[in-house]
Formats: sequence, C-alpha cells, structure tokens
Amino acid sequence: MLEIKNLHAGIDGAEILKGVDLKVGAGEVHAVMGPNGSGKSTLAQILAGRDEYEITEGQVLFSNLQGADEDLFELEPEERAREGIFLAFQYPVEIPGVSNTYFLKAALNAIREHRGEPEVDAIEFLKLAREKMKLVEMDEKLLQRPVNHGFSGGEKKRNEIFHMAVLDPRLAILDETDSGLDIDALRIVASGVNTMRSENRAFLVITHYQRLLRYIEPDFVHVLMDGRIVQSGGPELARQLEESGYATYDESATEAA
Amino acid sequence: MPAVAEEHSLLTDYGDFESSLPQQPEAVADLRRRGVARFEELGFPSTRQEEWRFTNVAPVAKTSYVRAGGRLHGLTAAKLEPFQIPGTVDLVFVNGRYSEELSRQEEFPSGVFAGSLAAAMAWNPDLVSAHLGRYAGLDHPFVALNSAHVEDGAFVYVPRGVKLEQTLHLLFVATAGDQATVSYPRNLIVVDESAEATVVESYCGYQGDVYFTCPVTEIVGGANSVVDHYRLGEESLDAFHLGTLKIHLERDANFFTHSVNHGGAIVRNDIQAYLGGEGIHCTLNGLYLGRKKQLVDHHMWVDHAKPHCHSYELFKGILEDQSRAVFNGRIKVHEDAQKTDAKQSSQHLLLSDKALAQSNPQLEIFADDVRCTHGSTTGQIDEEALFYLRSRGIGEEAAKSLLTYAFAVEVLQEFRLETVRKDLEEFLFTRLPKGDVVRQAV
Ligand SMILES: Nc1ncnc2c1ncn2[C@@H]1O[C@H](COP(=O)(O)OP(=O)(O)OP(=O)(O)O)[C@@H](O)[C@H]1O
Ligand SMILES: [Mg+2]
Repeated sequence: MLEIKNLHAGIDGAEILKGVDLKVGAGEVHAVMGPNGSGKSTLAQILAGRDEYEITEGQVLFSNLQGADEDLFELEPEERAREGIFLAFQYPVEIPGVSNTYFLKAALNAIREHRGEPEVDAIEFLKLAREKMKLVEMDEKLLQRPVNHGFSGGEKKRNEIFHMAVLDPRLAILDETDSGLDIDALRIVASGVNTMRSENRAFLVITHYQRLLRYIEPDFVHVLMDGRIVQSGGPELARQLEESGYATYDESATEAA
Repeated sequence: MPAVAEEHSLLTDYGDFESSLPQQPEAVADLRRRGVARFEELGFPSTRQEEWRFTNVAPVAKTSYVRAGGRLHGLTAAKLEPFQIPGTVDLVFVNGRYSEELSRQEEFPSGVFAGSLAAAMAWNPDLVSAHLGRYAGLDHPFVALNSAHVEDGAFVYVPRGVKLEQTLHLLFVATAGDQATVSYPRNLIVVDESAEATVVESYCGYQGDVYFTCPVTEIVGGANSVVDHYRLGEESLDAFHLGTLKIHLERDANFFTHSVNHGGAIVRNDIQAYLGGEGIHCTLNGLYLGRKKQLVDHHMWVDHAKPHCHSYELFKGILEDQSRAVFNGRIKVHEDAQKTDAKQSSQHLLLSDKALAQSNPQLEIFADDVRCTHGSTTGQIDEEALFYLRSRGIGEEAAKSLLTYAFAVEVLQEFRLETVRKDLEEFLFTRLPKGDVVRQAV
C-alpha cells in the first residue's frame, strides 16, 4: 500500500530524514517509535503533503484507489486525503469560526465525490457522526463547536480519531495520538482504532511510549533515530525498548552517520 | 497635490445651488454658510496632514462633478432590488434626495418620523434645528463640505419611550450618467430617552459609474436608549465615498454600530462617538473587503467624557490584490472618566503580497483608574490551519475561503439583525472562491 524508499528530507538546508525505508501493506499496523526530535512528525507530515519540507532524495509510492502505484509527491494534500490517507495530527489545529461538524461533512463529501459516491446530506451525516462519536466516547457538544477551538488536549486527540472514523481512510497515520491522554482516554482511543482495523486498512502509529502498543498490538515496530530507521521487528521490539530505552541506539546511529 | 482652483470647483456654482433651495430654517441656512466658509478655508486635505497621511484624496479633488440632485439616470424600482434587505422598511434616497416614489410608505407609531430631512425641516423646524450640525464638527473638511450643501437626506425621530418595531433601511443610491456626479446626503437620527430603534444605512451605486458621495450622519442616542445601527458600503468600484458618522450618546445609552464596506475606489469613514453620560455601552464594529486598487480608511474616535462607560471596537479587513486599508483608532479618556473600559482590536488578513494595511491605535488617557486595551494584527492565511483542512480532503481554494470566512464571521456574529447578517454571509459565499463549499462547511 505504501512504500517509502530512501527518503531524505529537511528544512532550510538542515536534513531531518536521512534515508528512510519503510513498506506498509494493506491490513498491517506499523508502529514507529523514537525519541524527541528524531523525525517522526516530519515523516508523518511529509506523507500527508506538508510542503514546508524539502524532499532531497528518495520516493514514496502509494497504491491508489485503482490499485496502481502512484508517486505520492505528485499529489496535493487534499488529493492524498481523497485517495485515502489520513493524518491524525500530533498538535491538532484550532480553527475558530469553522464548525467541527459542517467542515467534516464538506471533507467527507469531497472524499466521496472523488470515490464516485453520492453526497451525504445533513441528516445522513449527523447519523454517521453520532455513530462514530460513540466509538471514541466523544461528547456530542464538541460537534457544535468550532474545530478544536478551546478543546482540551484529550478532546483534540479524540476529535482526530473521530475525524478518522468518519472519513474512513485506507492509510491512517496517527502521530502521537496517545500523548496527553489519560489511561482511560488512551483505552478508548485504542479501542476505536482496533474497531477500525481491517484487511483493507493500514495504520502507521507513531508514538514515543510503549504504553499505547499494549492496547494496539502492532504487526511491526520500527525505531526511528536521527532520521533513520535503525531497527525493525515484531511487537516484542516495543517491549524491549521499554526496558532498555533508546540509549542503546545512540552509538549505532552515530556510527552510521 | 490638487491646485486651489480644483479644490474649490465643488463650490463654484454655489449661488445656483443656494437659489434652488426651498426656504430652510435659519439654523440650517446658517450651518450651510458656516460650512461654505470652513471648506473654503480648509480645502481638500493633503497627505501632509496627519489625519490624511495614508489616504490621498487627490483623485477625488481632480474629478469634476455635476450635482446629481434627484436625477434618476434611468433608475427604476427593479434596479434597487439587489440592495434591498428583507423585512426592512426601505426609505430610498437618490443622490441624497428622498424619493417618495421608490420608498415604502409605512405607518409609524405616533410621534415617530422617518423620511426626508427636507420634509422634516418644514414639519418641525425646531426639532431639526435643535440637533442638525450640533454634533459633527466643521473642522473636518468633508463635514464642512457636506454642511455647505445641506438640502436633504434622512431624518429619523423616535420619541421618548417608543420602541420602533420596524427596521428602517435608509438606502442611498447614487446614479451617474456620462458625467461624474456628487451628492451630499445629510442624515439625522434622534432616538430619544428610553426609546429604541434599528437603522440600516446603505450606500450603493452601479458598477462603472463614477461619482462622489460625501455623507454626514449624526446620531443621538438619548438617555437609556437602545440603538442598533448598520452602515453598508456598496458603492461602485469607481466611486469615491468620504463619509462621517458622528454619534452622540447620553447616560446609560446602549449603542451598536456595524460598518461593512466592500465598494468604492477610495473610501474613508470617520466614525466618532462621544460618550457624554455615565453607564454607556458603545460597540463600534466593522468589516471591510478590498480588492484591485481599492483604498478603505476607517478613522475612529471614541471620546470617553464621563465615568463608567464601556466601548468596544472590533474591525477586520480582508485585503486582496493591491488593495490598501487604513485603520486609525483614537480613544480619548477625559480626566473625570474614571472606570472607563475601552477595548479596541484591529485585524487585517492579507490575501496577496501586494496588499497593504496600516493600523494605528492612538490612546489619550487623562484618567488614572481605567482599563484600555488595544491590539492590532496583520497576517496572512494561517498555513497550519490551511494544511489541516486540506489534509482532511478540502481543496486548497475552498480551504482558503473557509479560513477567510472564519476570519470575517466574528464580526458578523455580533449582528443583532439577522437579515443583514444572512445577507452578508450570502455575499461572502458569492464573493469567495468555492463559496459553495464554504456555505456547506460553516
Ligand atoms: N518546521 C520546522 N522548522 C524547523 N525545524 C523543524 C521543523 N520541523 C521539524 N524540525 C526539526 O526536525 C527535527 C525533527 O522534528 P520532528 O517534529 O519530526 O520530531 P519528532 O520525532 O516528531 O519529535 P517529538 O517526539 O518531539 O514529536 C527536530 O530537530 C525539529 O526541531
Ligand atoms: Mg512529533
């Protein structure tokens, strides 16, 4: 579904990603772990189409709705969303003046139009929204409010998962959706994600704590250090990391540099 | 800068104008004479004057005009439709003159007057004389110019204790033929003690027409009155509009004015509020949109003369292309105006690299126990918010429009009059690219 090949990217001449390789197949859940500043969010934002970053080398292929591999960098952010990529932001943006419900309805309809599906009307949308809110046990009054405006940290994260559930992506990238959540919220968000796991959908779960991975069991775990994936493995890798921390990688990371 | 001869061209055939006038109350004739004398002294302002530093009115001075009077230039009732607002009583003024034919005839509660100022001069000369020209000072060149030409305009009088249920829509429409026209609407709105009124003033014209509208509106909000006022600028993009709104408030008055402007080549609005009693709440909000080479200048002056008054100002500008905006926000708190609470915020959203905004707060505070805050921001579309919306599937253009709308809507949300708010929202949906998506998404 997604293939990242030797991706180098940076900003203002400073390299952040220094050759990332990653393959994600449909139905798989990949966890990307790494310390602060290792480039996790940069990777996520680049996949979603943030053009602030400069791609200096490498390629990303994404299998489009027709099943053909497409160069992801040829697509605008909204085209990626319509093709089924969703990014849950580490820091969801507050947008006063734009309603959380109506904006999401417009987004859903843009995606549906691209897929050749009929528009949903206000009533159908509300029904869908109510159903998906239950998934993350989100307070219905947050529907009426402007997007993320004045939401608490936890409410913002739940809102991201709610958006994901409504937009029904094929590849969901969750950038530290777990940070800032208390244990109950974490369980709720994780169960929302687990409900959405399916053979057609892939997840890229970015986190820097192992905690989340007790609730969302990944198929693969990758360790990102200083812009490179320094180790990949199964779920046991996450548990190892919890014990040893990232320190053991420091050497190997600098060696490779 | 304009030559002296050009400056005075607006007064050259003044004798003809004066002799065409019906008998006016002495106070009015006197106001005119003082207006002439003052404008002769002041002339058109130049950019060397502080108050006009960013607004060059030379193009206004250089154009030669004919006085439009009541000339219709083919205007019919049907052509007014785009400017009408559902649920309001239209009083139509063509080039500043009341048109009985185009206005809606309405029964008002007894003692209420809403119609032509010229008619009011005959109906109750003492009432008109007691207020006209008492508030708007002749030291402003265009107040002087307007005063020199007092002939007609709107007069609204709501007597003590009366709550006027109807919303009045004072619709000033300008017309021009082959020659540019000039008009000087003069308006007086008096809402007496404990009375209430809702008044919309709109200034409109037709695309392609070149004209100059130079209006002055004086509003009196009596003690404990409630006045909800709107001022909509929809002039032709080739027109000049240099207008003054002077608000005089008495104890415990509750006053709101909302100015929205998207028309005109050069627009200057001087909005001055005098808070002359205790316990007044005065809200002065505005929204303006500029495109091409439009220049929109708002000069605010809030004058806190008495203690325990509140004033709120929120002005937002959205600028495209090479348009320019000026916001000058002066607040004066007099020595004995303790416990004043004055808030001012001016915000500009620049949608092009060539658009320019000047914002200049001016606080003059002579009392010590007051709260005055002001803030001004000028920025572009927030890239993070734009990316967030796009990452959810909203197209770039629609996302930009959505954020622009969101910026504007804060001003519109404050409108108490829903019909005007809806009209303006609809205007934004039409004006913004991909407005249909915006309509769906808000
Ligand atoms: N827009 C930017 N401008 C400048 N530097 C940036 C920008 N975005 C990222 N960086 C830098 O790139 C590096 C990687 O940042 P990134 O946000 O991808 O890290 P992260 O792994 O997500 O960290 P965290 O765990 O704190 O979220 C950091 O050194 C960061 O300062
Ligand atoms: Mg991050």
